Amino acid sequence: MSTKPVEQLSQVIVRFAGDSGDGMQLTGSQFTSETALLGNDISTLPDFPAEIRAPAGSLPGVSGFQLHFADHDILTPGDAPNVLVAMNPAALKTNLKDLPKGGTLIVDADAFKDRNLQKAGYDANPLEDGSLDEFQLHAVPLTTMTVAALKEVDGVTPREAERSKNMFALGLMSWLYGRPVDPTIEFLNAKFRAKRPEIADANIKALQAGYAFGETTETFAVTYEVKPAKLRPGTYRNITGNQALSYGLIAASKLSGLPLFLGAYPITPASSILEELASHKNFGVRTFQAEDEIAAVGAAVGASFGGALGVTTSAGPGVVLKAETVGLAIMLELPLVICDIQRAGPSTGMPTKPEQTDLLMVLFGRNGESPVPVVAAFSPSDCFDAAIEACRIALKYRTPVYLLSDAYLANGSEPWLLPDVETLPDISTSFAAAPNADGEPFQPYLRDEQTLARPWALPGTKGLEHRVGGLEKADRTGNISYDPDNHDLMSRLRAQKVAGIAADIPELAVDDPDGDARVLVLGWGGTYGPIAAGVRRARANGRKVAHAHLRHLNPFPRNTGEVLRRYEKVLVPEMNLGQLLKLVRAEFLVDAAGYNRVRGVPLRAAEIAEAIEAMVDA
Amino acid sequence: MSTMKDFKTDQEVRWCPGCGDYAILAAIQSFMPELGIERENMVFISGIGCAARFPYYMNTYGMHSIHGRAPAIATGLATSRRDLSVWVVTGDGDALSIGGNHLIHALRRNVNLKILLFNNRIYGLTKGQYSPTSELGKVTKSTPMGSLDWPFNPLSLAIGAEATFVARAIDTDKSGMSDVLRAAAAHRGSAFVEIFQNCPIFNDDAFQFVRDDKEGVNRIVLRDGEPILWGADHEKGLRQRQDGSIEACAASDEGVLVHDASHPTPSLAFALSRVTQDSHQGTPVGVFRNVERPVYDELMSDQLDQAVATRGAGDLAALLHSGETWTIA
Repeated sequence: MSTKPVEQLSQVIVRFAGDSGDGMQLTGSQFTSETALLGNDISTLPDFPAEIRAPAGSLPGVSGFQLHFADHDILTPGDAPNVLVAMNPAALKTNLKDLPKGGTLIVDADAFKDRNLQKAGYDANPLEDGSLDEFQLHAVPLTTMTVAALKEVDGVTPREAERSKNMFALGLMSWLYGRPVDPTIEFLNAKFRAKRPEIADANIKALQAGYAFGETTETFAVTYEVKPAKLRPGTYRNITGNQALSYGLIAASKLSGLPLFLGAYPITPASSILEELASHKNFGVRTFQAEDEIAAVGAAVGASFGGALGVTTSAGPGVVLKAETVGLAIMLELPLVICDIQRAGPSTGMPTKPEQTDLLMVLFGRNGESPVPVVAAFSPSDCFDAAIEACRIALKYRTPVYLLSDAYLANGSEPWLLPDVETLPDISTSFAAAPNADGEPFQPYLRDEQTLARPWALPGTKGLEHRVGGLEKADRTGNISYDPDNHDLMSRLRAQKVAGIAADIPELAVDDPDGDARVLVLGWGGTYGPIAAGVRRARANGRKVAHAHLRHLNPFPRNTGEVLRRYEKVLVPEMNLGQLLKLVRAEFLVDAAGYNRVRGVPLRAAEIAEAIEAMVDA
Repeated sequence: MSTMKDFKTDQEVRWCPGCGDYAILAAIQSFMPELGIERENMVFISGIGCAARFPYYMNTYGMHSIHGRAPAIATGLATSRRDLSVWVVTGDGDALSIGGNHLIHALRRNVNLKILLFNNRIYGLTKGQYSPTSELGKVTKSTPMGSLDWPFNPLSLAIGAEATFVARAIDTDKSGMSDVLRAAAAHRGSAFVEIFQNCPIFNDDAFQFVRDDKEGVNRIVLRDGEPILWGADHEKGLRQRQDGSIEACAASDEGVLVHDASHPTPSLAFALSRVTQDSHQGTPVGVFRNVERPVYDELMSDQLDQAVATRGAGDLAALLHSGETWTIA
């Protein structure tokens, strides 16, 4: 047992950074698991390069994982770390700028050797030249201590022993913040015990050695405690956005009673949805890794024609290729869900970095008058509900629906209060069973009066044989039509159908505690956390400010205009150069102002608070 | 029992007068009842082009989709609905140019699709540009000095993509087409059928050598298990050279090939696909290749069954609660 004094903290932000091969993602996610079990609220942000293994020790090869944990509810992975663990000079160089003065810095002293220093562009060793004096520096020889601790483990090569240093670091951090290492031991056993028991032993030993080092060394004088957060009662698990989105699709399949068909082509940061769904075939999930993005969405449309819940997942460069097929689905009026896990663009852009720059593309990036409903997820766990909502709209209105997430939500994680599956919405739909026009042949475009959705008649249904296609349809019969008035009518009907969904979605809720704020912050999708956190800060600094956040981007909630006009000033923070801003100005004639950053990192709560305060004070 | 009439729709057929598509449509409508598949269990999916209008004229389920994508769309349907008989109708531009990628991947996966490629060696709907099967030097609106493109041989391409069923038919040869379609329909997996189709407007008589070949001097009809003989009096044959390529010979020569569509390696079928009017003064028609290989939809379906057998049918609540959970009171 540690006899060192324990200092109470309300929240901590830790960032692990190292070479891509150093296992920082694993270290971070294990620290997260340990922390989650203690009942802290958490929010994580992995940050890794697109290169699988950039040259070892190089600046582009640095991989990071930031974890924010607290004794109260938190909204973001944190703006800046309090503690930086840097496994090599490159990791120090790329991350130090984010560590505030006085922050805790733990480095692997063994890695600060000539070659590594040179690769990171250091002329002198920063551990020795005094340049880190403003930080609480702990230069720990992690590698040599790990190798020494593993001397007695048989069958482990020196290289393998060295590679366990991330577990030593995790052990040390676990001690420092009073986290239990049992979940990690369980994890290591599950991962390695069967195939390479000696690797399991080595990692566990390194983990324990790191923990023991913390207890005995004089480097660390105190240990810290962060009490459990007072979260809503219930059962929780930690979940990433892509995992939640995958579960949401499986749930939608169950709730609708339709088999899920996923057509996908691997692309960062969407691939893990394909991988996750492929591992749940016992739910009747069909995953089709297509030859390209176009085939992926095409196969989903084909499956939908046959009565499946057709879904395709991608990111911007893939979504842009699917545009023509989405147009076909608009014309066919068949359900289809297109998940766009947004990443920094244009073109290949920055594949692992988040952005909200695909909004205008999914709304308008097609030929013709081609309205598509758009749903956006707020947070990692919210991807579950957003996926169900996207499927609900697609099935009920027989339309393609875009579901927007982003690289931050996809890979970031947070505790998720597990829903009772009995309370999830019923999104079942019905298929046409008999001809619908007195004595006439089946009319595939005879609409439901309320939803304007057309009947969904599945192949295999006798008497409802019909042909659909991308050519303009005659109203009701669905025959090919070049009639001018018919095209005008059908264009308006398709637009009305989508616009009418506004009656079927919740009104825009406004968080305005005293009801007397003059400034409204309007956000959408994945910026929910930073904006809500920024709003809290501004309020803590004495400013009155309201916050509304859009899940539905098309159609907008029916009271959106009214909400916007209620406030003197509207601030629209986005991870783009002003896309929602353009929409609200055009749609509602509101002189809103933007706060826009496209740095490939989530917006920071502090900068949003600053922007709010400037607007309130102006 | 359905009849040819049952397969006709009330839509006016809108191809140019004299188009080979009329003959193909009539042949298919009259052949379909023979399969004994209910109309509602059949789906015709097309892309874009003259041939792509085909689904509108078949009183089955149908989709006239977008350019080149029919094999991809049909893959989704055939994979999720094993009970359906799914047919793709495409043309040389649709299948081999804009949709080339989808075609080869559907074939290699052996998706249970019947793919009918109407080859007229020209772009018809866009009014007369050269196609990926047009001959080198072809003068068209977009190639006033002659095409620079070496053409695809559709059968060689399909065999190269390891299609399990590859055949050729001629628009005006109703009985030959029916034979090929019958075999295609009976085949589990992808069946690829090239149909020589005349475009009287932009590329008239492109296949005159076999279309109007009453004496059968140019047609080499492939019959499984029979020697490959041809000519007016079956006086000619085909045989393989040492290097595997095929030469024309006299019927009485030694080594006349006996057609073996189910030969395990595709080499022979490929060699036969290289026999053309230009190179051999003869054109093979019929089934080139017909082999069995696991079918995509069956493989996928088997995996779902296996997953249920080993892990039990999916339980949503259990899925959500999987991994590490903790409870806050």
